[in-house]
Formats: sequence, structure tokens, C-alpha cells
Amino acid sequence: MTKQYDAIIIGAGHNGLTCAAYLAKAGKKVVVLEARDTVGGMASTSEFAPGFKVSNGAQYATMLNTQVMRDLGISLEYAAKDLPTVVINPDGNNLRMSGDTVSGNLSDSDKAQFSEFKAHTRKFAKVLSGALKVRPPKVVEGDWHDKINLMKLGLKMRLLGTDDMRDLMRIATINLYDVLNERFDNGQLKAAMSLDGIYGNHLAPRSPNTVLNYLYRRTGDLHGFNDPALVKGGMGKVGEAFAEAAKKAGVEIRTGAKVASINVHAEVASGVTLENGDVIEAKAIVSGADPKTTFQKLVGARNIEAGFVRRIRNFRAKGNVAKLQVALKDLPKFAGVDAKDAGGRLVITGDMDYVERAFNHAKYGEYSEKPVLDINIPSVHDDSLAPAGKHVMTVLVQYAPYELRAGWDENKETFKSIVMDLIETHAPGFKDLVEHSELLTPADLEAEFGVHGGHWHHGELTLNQFLMTRPVPTATQYSTPVDNLYLASAGTHPGGGVSGLCGHNAAKQILRTKGV
Amino acid sequence: MLDLNTVREQDLIVEPTHFTERLKPYAKTNDWFNWKGYMACNTFECEGKEYAAIRSGTGVFDICPMSKYDITGPDAMEYLNRIMTRDIAKLNVDRVTYVIWCDDNGYIQDDGTLFRLSENHYRLCSYEHAMDWLMNCAEGFDVEIKDTTRDIAALAVQGPTSFGVLEAMGLEGLENLKPFGIMRVPFKSGEIMISRTGFTGDLGYELWTTPDLAGDMFDELFEAGRLRALKPMGAIALDLARIEAGFVQAGVDFLTSEHVIRTGRQRTPLELDMEWLVDFNKPLFNGRKALLKQKEEGPRYRFVKLDVEGNKPAHNSFIFNKGKQVGTVTSAAWCPTAKTNVAFAMLEWPYGRDTDNLEAEIYFQRELGWTKVMAKCKPMKGPAFDPARKRATPPSRI
Ligand SMILES: Cc1cc2nc3c(=O)[nH]c(=O)nc-3n(C[C@H](O)[C@H](O)[C@H](O)COP(=O)(O)OP(=O)(O)OC[C@H]3O[C@@H](n4cnc5c(N)ncnc54)[C@H](O)[C@@H]3O)c2cc1C
Repeated sequence: MTKQYDAIIIGAGHNGLTCAAYLAKAGKKVVVLEARDTVGGMASTSEFAPGFKVSNGAQYATMLNTQVMRDLGISLEYAAKDLPTVVINPDGNNLRMSGDTVSGNLSDSDKAQFSEFKAHTRKFAKVLSGALKVRPPKVVEGDWHDKINLMKLGLKMRLLGTDDMRDLMRIATINLYDVLNERFDNGQLKAAMSLDGIYGNHLAPRSPNTVLNYLYRRTGDLHGFNDPALVKGGMGKVGEAFAEAAKKAGVEIRTGAKVASINVHAEVASGVTLENGDVIEAKAIVSGADPKTTFQKLVGARNIEAGFVRRIRNFRAKGNVAKLQVALKDLPKFAGVDAKDAGGRLVITGDMDYVERAFNHAKYGEYSEKPVLDINIPSVHDDSLAPAGKHVMTVLVQYAPYELRAGWDENKETFKSIVMDLIETHAPGFKDLVEHSELLTPADLEAEFGVHGGHWHHGELTLNQFLMTRPVPTATQYSTPVDNLYLASAGTHPGGGVSGLCGHNAAKQILRTKGV
Repeated sequence: MLDLNTVREQDLIVEPTHFTERLKPYAKTNDWFNWKGYMACNTFECEGKEYAAIRSGTGVFDICPMSKYDITGPDAMEYLNRIMTRDIAKLNVDRVTYVIWCDDNGYIQDDGTLFRLSENHYRLCSYEHAMDWLMNCAEGFDVEIKDTTRDIAALAVQGPTSFGVLEAMGLEGLENLKPFGIMRVPFKSGEIMISRTGFTGDLGYELWTTPDLAGDMFDELFEAGRLRALKPMGAIALDLARIEAGFVQAGVDFLTSEHVIRTGRQRTPLELDMEWLVDFNKPLFNGRKALLKQKEEGPRYRFVKLDVEGNKPAHNSFIFNKGKQVGTVTSAAWCPTAKTNVAFAMLEWPYGRDTDNLEAEIYFQRELGWTKVMAKCKPMKGPAFDPARKRATPPSRI
């Protein structure tokens, strides 16, 4: 029987679209089926109040991969690049980080160490980045591709020189809390830096895997995102740009086309059934939805072998980040933040113990009583986002566990007021400016974006779920125990963030597979 | 009878079973061992006599320690079908079947017997504790799984006079019960479930009842068996009987996969000569894909039942093929009734392909004087002992 398509991509997240585009460029007939009415997945802009638009998923461009962008001919218009990070305090005694320099009330040693540390870790990020843009090597039964990739990784580590290689191996397995304490004095500086090592994960500075995540974030530096950037029109424009590139390559994209099931018989996938009952068949089914959704909902636990079901069940994917979005009558005034930084990344972190304490709550299924905030007012740089003279604010709020023990329905408003009050103490009068506000908990993000647990990375980015064990052993290198079913989302190697690498690597691997 | 609540209060590591108090007077050798947390006897008096009871009278074996799980619910059949390598849809109500199950790698996790007690009610008896795996397999299925090991008092009643014994005990209607069949007979305030099953390869039954009736069932059984050479038997006699009957033993002839630490020490059904238990026509069961791959690529081992020359059991022997060591013996016994020196052996592939020139290297001693023999081995087609009485329905009334 001839199939209608060479490949079906489930989900028009930027990774699904990337994969689709590469496959189409290689001459494959590809259709993308997206549940939502818009493309881009969590690279999304939404109008949450009349005239007010905001990136309601990913907030900043920090990871976009230049090679992927070049290959797909994507160019983005940025409203601002190199946003400074300002660690804000009610008394205006702030720190300002920009590029590799930090200023404010801190020691010369801290200032020097800051540049040194960024450069030092960037070297490690370079080593890591080589491994991120290729399929993760299988160690036991790998072929020559895998051996070469492993050798490259080993060689790159070796080329660091003895001291650096030792240091990489040393810090990779400890935690950011210790690493930062070795070098820095200022508590807030350390806390603000540690945020790059915990984002989106069930981690705090003292957790293992924070160095890995910090280095993962630093790989974005190699693509021009040492500091975050704001895409004009919000992250939804990124989604649209990827969709345009895919279309140009010949991909057919259908929105409002929710896949109800992946049709599997005898562990072979033949196609999908849409919620409206339509059946579409293809030689390859590629899921750009997260691994848990893919296997638990779309394939169904009953249709795969039990050991694998267990692995997917144990794949950790419970989001911890909430998103606050606020429509503002006017620009709020944060103490000590001047006009040029008003649209920067404003963080409220306290010291590392503050972050760690905020995390303690999440361990027990509670929200942080004193949360960590990452605030941005993109309308400062982008007037397309709010009516003239007005502003939008978007805030990453940690920690907000996906499974709040006391229940989100009952407690969301209380948590929201905690966050609003905390902002108010740093920007008196802020609350009077609010026209509309809403808090998206991980549960809301799950409902909105169809991502299990509302998880930033589609699943924790930790060593046990990294490289060849991402998402789980036996579903590595983008294939799965189900023949003809592939994965391409952030839940695969290398992981989350808007980079396009998962989709890129998946496409390369699928094209290497016979019969597609 | 035994109050299991007091037992639990004592916080014992090894618990008595529902029959331990009744069995104690028979346990002349006082040779108890720990069977998955319960007291069981290696021998009661003399393993030779106990074996003789199995083959020419009736041997009674306490199977309370055997792990038992009741699986109920609308999806019970489909749930089990995904676990087991056999097609469970073919198992009718009131029937029992021998089953094995694998992990995703196709390695045997365990073997056991599966009872279909009613449309949506199955009972699985396993060698290992299986709750963990059974629960792991339950996602997506509407089933309830209950460990019923403690809630059931069960005895295996095995041997040529077993039918006569049970009839004398007043259990009616047994004459029509076919091998692997199940029936229920009223007993006192409740009932006894009888299955024509066992691990001896002989005529035999297993009796299942509730703990409150355990004592009465035991007493009436032993009373009825007085003139029919009925004896309690221990694990040693049973082991001899099962080797003679050609049954493999989990933990001996293969290791259950979750208990193996070293890579490569697990076994697949294809490597244990159990392909007949694997239904590749089923679209899905745990291990299917791996087993299909192995079928294509060839197994790593071959399991053979050998008829060994002479009468010295080939315990732990190496097996040679034209001077090259090709395998090892996992179970061995001189089988008195079959008058066959049986050895089960695991041969390494590809040497196992040629079974014409196998020899077992047997060491034995007489009063510290050691002798080694190289005994010729012939692969056996079937079990060493396979009497017609095992299948006869109705069975003989002796
Ligand atoms: C609060 C938050 C803030 C973040 N901030 C940043 C940031 O600042 N910078 C950054 O780089 N990253 C950020 N991220 C991470 C980033 O957004 C994600 O890692 C990335 O967008 C994942 O892309 P993806 O294509 O793999 O999957 P997704 O974007 O999640 O796309 C999956 C798609 O599959 C679709 N889908 C699911 N099920 C079905 C179905 N049954 N049928 C059809 N379609 C289906 C979904 O609708 C969705 O469109 C953030 C994430 C969160 C949650």
C-alpha cells in the first residue's frame, strides 16, 4: 500500500517544524499536524487582554541555533539583543550583569571573577555543544557514527588541556552552589548566576545537575545569546518563522488538527487518527509532542511492552515554573533601574539560600512563599505588544510545582498575589498600574500547550535523562521501540529551549534510516 | 489453626504456613528451609520414601509458600496477554496453563501456572514474588491485582493413588476432571477448589481452600490416605520427581531475569527450548520484539535434556563435544522409576547445534576416593517419565 506521506509530524512546535523542514528539504513529503490553532508550540505569542500581547511560553531567545537558522533560511527581527540582567532590590542597590561584565556594589575580585568564569565555562560549553548538534552516541552497540561522535567529544575535552579538562570533570558532577562559592563573594551575584543552572527544572543551586544546566545555557552564548534577546512580536514570531521555512521547503501544515492516537499494531506505527476521526498514514510518524504525551496518550500504554511503559512513567517531567503576565497602564518604576534597563531582565533572587529555600517548598508540593522572579517588560523595546503608552510584563516565577499538593484551583490566586506583592515591594505603585493579570501554572501551561507537566524541557534535563538516556534508554537516537515512530521534541537530546536542535538531529537520523 | 496475626506480631522473617502445625509431627528430620519467607521441609523422614510415595502412593506437598496473585477486572485477559508469551485468550474458564513471561529484552522473568477461575478472574502462581512486575504492567488496564499468597491454603496431592485418596475423602465428581481442569467441591462451611495440576509429572491434584478450612482439609486428606500410602513429601523428593518428569526449575535451570546481575546470564525462551510457549502470532507481548530478533539471529544457548550413560548423576558437570567444553549441567538425577540418568544442560551456541557427540564430565567419590568419568550423553525426545496414568480420565481408583 502506498502511504499518503513519507512523514507525519505531530505538533508544530519549533522542533517539529524544524524536523519537518529538513525532511522536506531532503525531498520527503511531509505533513505537520498541530492541535492548536497556531504554530510554534511554546514559542508563542498570545493576546491575553485586548491589545496586550505577550510571549506566553518561552520568554527570551537564548538558544536559537545559528546553523539551523541558516539551513532553513530563517532570519528574525529582534526588538532587543543583549538584554542586561539587573538584580533588583527595594532599595535600588542593584547589580547589573551585561555580557561578561558585572557592575554594582561588589568587590573587584567578584568583578574579575565574573568575566573569568563566563569565559571559562564557555570553553566547556563549546565542548558540550559539539555533542548537542549530533545524535547522542550509543555506548554499547554504537556504529562508526557513534564512535566518531564519542571520539570527537573525548578529543574536544582533551584539547581543553589538562587543567581545564580536570576542572570540567570535577565541576560537572558537583553543583553550582559549591562552584560559585569557590569563586564569588556577593550573595546576590551568585544567586542570579545560578538561575541559568536551574531554569525549568526541579533543581536549586545545591542540586546535582545544575552545572550541566548552566553549561547547557552557555551553549547559547556560542550563537550570540550571551545575554537574552527579545524577538519582535514575541516568541510567536519564532514559531511563525519556523513554520514559514517549513512551508517553503514544501511542508503541509494543518492547525486545529489534534492527533487522538498514533496507530500501532504489533509495535509498528502506520499512521495517526485525528480527533475528528480522519486517519492519515505515513512511512514515518514523528512526534514533536513530549515523550509522556506521545506514549501514554497517543500510543497508549497497552500498545507497548511493559518495561518501556515503566521507563516512560519514570521519565521525570513535572514543571516547576509559572508564568505571570500583566497588562499595564504605564511603565512601572523599579528602584534603581534606569530607563535603558527598564526593558531588561530584572531578577529578584536574594542569595543562593533564598533560592534554595524557595525550592524547599517545591520539594513538598508547595509553592514558594518567597519566589524567585525573572521579570521582563518587552513592550519597552517592542511597541507592537501593547497599546500606545501602555506596557506588558511577563515574569518567570519559580517555584510553582505542577502538582501543588493543596490544589492549584484553590490556591492560584493566593500565589499570584504573593508574586504581585513581591513585585510591588520592588516597584512601588506597580499594582495600581495593572489592567489585567493572569498566572499560568505548569498545569495551565500543560493545558495550553499540550505539554505534559507544563515542563520547559518536556522532561527534566539531568544527567540520567541526558545524551543517550534522553528521554529514556531504548528510545534514544530519536527512534523508539515502536517501528516507524520517531521523537523530535525537546524531550529528546539535547533538550529544551528554543534551539531547533532536537528537530534537526531527529531529521538527520530519520533520513539515515532505511525505508523512510 | 494458625493465627497469622500472631505470627505477624512476632515479626518473623520466615513464617509458618497454614499447615506447618499439622506437618510438624511428620517432620522427623526437622529439616526446614526458607521458601520465599515460609517454612518448608526438605525432607520429612527420608527422601527416598517420599519419592516412592509420589510414584507408587501419594505424596502431599504444602504449596502455601508459592506466590499467588489474583487478577480481576474487565481487562484481566488482555492484561495477562501482554505479559505472557502464550495466547491467554485460548485459556478457558476452569482451566489452567503453564506460562512463562519475559521482560522487554525477551529474558524470562519467571514461570508459573495461570488459573482462569471465571470470565474475568485469574490466579497466577509464580516462583518469584511478582507483585512489583504485575503492578508495573498494569498501566492502561482496568485490572485489580491482589497478592493472595497468605489467603489461600493449598496442598499438592500427587501420585497414582491420589484420585482414590480424594474420592475416599468424599470429594465427588473428580473422575471427569481432565488434566489442567478445575472444579469446586463443597467442603464443611465452604469449598475446596481442585485442579488437576502438579509438578511431579504423575497423576495428581492441587487442593485450594480458605485458611479456616485448612486444618480440616489436612486431617480428612490424611485420614483418607492412611490405606493408600499417603505421605507428606519434601522438596528433595519433589525435585527428583520433576527432573524425571522433565520440568525445568526457575532459579536452577534458568535464573529469573530481574535477579540476574551479570550481563548475559539471563535466558530467553528460545534458549530454554520453550519456543512452543511463545505465540508470535500475538501482536504484542513483553519481549516479543527481542525474541523475534533472536529468532532471526539465532540463540546464544541451547537447552537439552540428556540421557547420561551410567548411573552417576552428572551434577554440575561440564559437557564436552569432541573434547571441547560446550556447556554445563543445571539439573541432574538418577531417576529411579524411569531408570534413566537424566541431566538438563545448557549448551553454548553454535556448538550446541551438534548433539551427537556429547559427553558429561562426572566427578564422584567413594569415601574420599574421587573418580572422574566421561559419560556419553544422548539428547532425549521427551521426559524420562511420562506415564499414561497422568492423563487417564477417569483415573484409576487404586
Ligand atoms: C514557562 C516557560 C518559559 C520558557 N522560557 C524559555 C526561554 O526564555 N527561552 C527558551 O529558549 N526556552 C524557554 N522555554 C522552553 C521552550 O519553550 C521549550 O523547550 C520549547 O519551546 C519546546 O519546543 P518543542 O518544539 O520541542 O515543543 P513544543 O513547543 O512544546 O511543541 C509541541 C507541540 O506539539 C503539539 N501537540 C501536543 N500534542 C499534540 C497532539 N495530540 N496533536 C497535535 N499536536 C500536538 C502542541 O500543541 C505543541 O504545539 C520555556 C518554557 C516554559 C514552559
